[in-house]
Amino acid sequence: MPLKQAHRTAAPEPLSRLPEHSAESPLSVHDVTVAYHRKPVLWDIDFDAPAGKLTAIVGPNGAGKSTLIKAAMGLIPLAAGRIEIFGKPIRAQRRLVGYVPQRGSVDWDFPVSALDVVCMGRYRAIGWCRPVTKRHRDAAMACLERVGMAGFAHRQISRLSGGQQQRVFLARALAQEAMLYFMDEPFAGVDAATERAIVEVLRTLRDEGRTVICVHHDLHTIEDYFDHVLLLNMRIVAQGPVAATFTRENLQKTYGGRLTLLDEASEALARTAAPGAS
Amino acid sequence: MSLFLQVDLPAALTGTLAALCCALLGNFLLLRRQSLLGDAISHTVLPGIVVGFLVFGTRSAGPMLLGAIAAALVAATLIELVKRYGKLEPGAAMGVVFSVMFALGVLLIERAAARTVDLDAECVLYGQLEDVLWLGPTAPGDLLKPSMWSGFPREAATLLVITVVVAAGIALFFKELRITAFDPELASSVGIPAGAVHFATTALVAVAAVASFEAVGSILVVAMLVCPAATARMFTDRLTTQVWLSGVFAVVAGIGGYVLGALAPVWLGMDGSLSAAGMITVLSGALLALAILLAPGHGVVAKRLRSLSLSAGIAREDLLAMLFRLEENRSGVTLTRGEIRGALGGGLPSRIALRHASRRGDLSIGAAGATLTDAGRAEARRLVRTHRLWETYLVRELGLRPDHVHSTAEALEHVTTEAMAQELGERAGAAADPHGKPIPD
Repeated sequence: MPLKQAHRTAAPEPLSRLPEHSAESPLSVHDVTVAYHRKPVLWDIDFDAPAGKLTAIVGPNGAGKSTLIKAAMGLIPLAAGRIEIFGKPIRAQRRLVGYVPQRGSVDWDFPVSALDVVCMGRYRAIGWCRPVTKRHRDAAMACLERVGMAGFAHRQISRLSGGQQQRVFLARALAQEAMLYFMDEPFAGVDAATERAIVEVLRTLRDEGRTVICVHHDLHTIEDYFDHVLLLNMRIVAQGPVAATFTRENLQKTYGGRLTLLDEASEALARTAAPGAS
Repeated sequence: MSLFLQVDLPAALTGTLAALCCALLGNFLLLRRQSLLGDAISHTVLPGIVVGFLVFGTRSAGPMLLGAIAAALVAATLIELVKRYGKLEPGAAMGVVFSVMFALGVLLIERAAARTVDLDAECVLYGQLEDVLWLGPTAPGDLLKPSMWSGFPREAATLLVITVVVAAGIALFFKELRITAFDPELASSVGIPAGAVHFATTALVAVAAVASFEAVGSILVVAMLVCPAATARMFTDRLTTQVWLSGVFAVVAGIGGYVLGALAPVWLGMDGSLSAAGMITVLSGALLALAILLAPGHGVVAKRLRSLSLSAGIAREDLLAMLFRLEENRSGVTLTRGEIRGALGGGLPSRIALRHASRRGDLSIGAAGATLTDAGRAEARRLVRTHRLWETYLVRELGLRPDHVHSTAEALEHVTTEAMAQELGERAGAAADPHGKPIPD
């Protein structure tokens, strides 16, 4: 069956009406396949993020964790399937979504201060062609304060430590005032103080009723930090509350043994032109 | 006066405007680490100009400009495609595309020349700034007559319009340019399409480059896309300031280069004048070199001075601690300058440290040599205390061997804050360090 046929039908029904999706979910991923150069890296993902919870996406390198959250934000095209944010396509919902990219994804020598970076979280609220006003700078400053970085507001970002840079990214996400957050390894390579600060912020966000989805590497802290877990290795191995889902058996399925047949099929698809794909 | 108005003013103005519009856009190429794009575009416009000529059969500016802009955009698109599908790194992709397109231009010119038409590749590369004339005004009063402005040189007028468009575009879309250059993924996720902003920037670079070529040639364009922005970056860590400064440097290079080109030969007693475009380029390069050397924050000299003052500060603290340790064995220690410099390892830092210590009143220096003052002794006691606290901490809490910790403590004592020292003191709870030396209060 051609990969692209699924979403060709006119005016699709909202995912929330489908029996397998919940109407309250801030993020509904329906039968999504994502491919790079025709090689699928995610297969048939079905996923509802529980509202007002902290969800971890866990899996080995190359499992498609970052790909999944980028696809959810509409940053990379879907080969098949649909994604809805609060019941609508991402295009209509960008103001509800916040993002913390991987720290290594930007050039830290860029001539901006920590405050400038946090202000970027307000750009959507400010609108095209309008300057950043004092009101927005004050809001950004308050976000820096929440992550304990107010004292570094005017420092050029390359002069911050790795943990401080990560906290600036977190403050920028806070400045977005989103209802659904995607974070790509916010705990990677940070110091203990930063880790505590991030956890505290995540819990506050949850207590305010916001939903956070983190790509997370450190299996030891999953049970402490998160409510919900999605075990991913090109397809979903298991998902659900941490207590029931984060089991030795499921971890074994996620990390142990490659999915040889699926791998082989991916490679084959990469080599040939998939029928129907342009 | 009429020579100035008819020759110098239009030429200097054209050169400066070309420098300015390229410099402003150059900031954003520099941020994206794509400064080479200017080089690529400057070579790819050649086939565009020739095709424009061959298609429309005229040497007038409009069609050739159109062809050049189209070629630049084709090149930018090709570079993206080669990068994506050819699996080449950006520099290689640009190199391939612009050299092939330039060669194509040369071949096309040969064909055109075979049809006995005069097209000159050189004027694309070197420009003809000296040919920009304003045949009209002979006195300042003439500038007020509207009739004079119909003869205003087309090159200058075009560049003026483009510079205004570029400046307005940057002012209006500053936020969007900044976020798409810094974090394109975040930009796209909040609905600011990084790809479209990038494409628009490239298109503007193409327009600015093409409009500048005719007057100043591609070499100046390439230099102006890089030098003023890079010079400005040496002086500031703020993007807004960098953009303003790059404009200032471009104007300085433009006017200064033109004046130098005209006057330098006179000063040197030679005939004629130097190429203004060449001089502007050389001056902008010289400004960058000076900035790399002398800029207060990021300059090489400033960095050296900072590291020298840092090592002198450490040497001063080592000197105080050394005297304190000697005094622990016998009171009233006096060391000669030579002994001190030797103990500190000699060199400039030890001289500065000695002078610094005596000026701050840490030492009283008499004929016999240097002795700690009371103030100096207090600071020395604090340093030695910190050192021994660190040794205690490293041995007790980290389990290091007592004979391994001296050099580590030596490095740490210079960066220990008061709060850290307090915590160390509370944790240590001992009167002596691992070597049995007393920890002073």
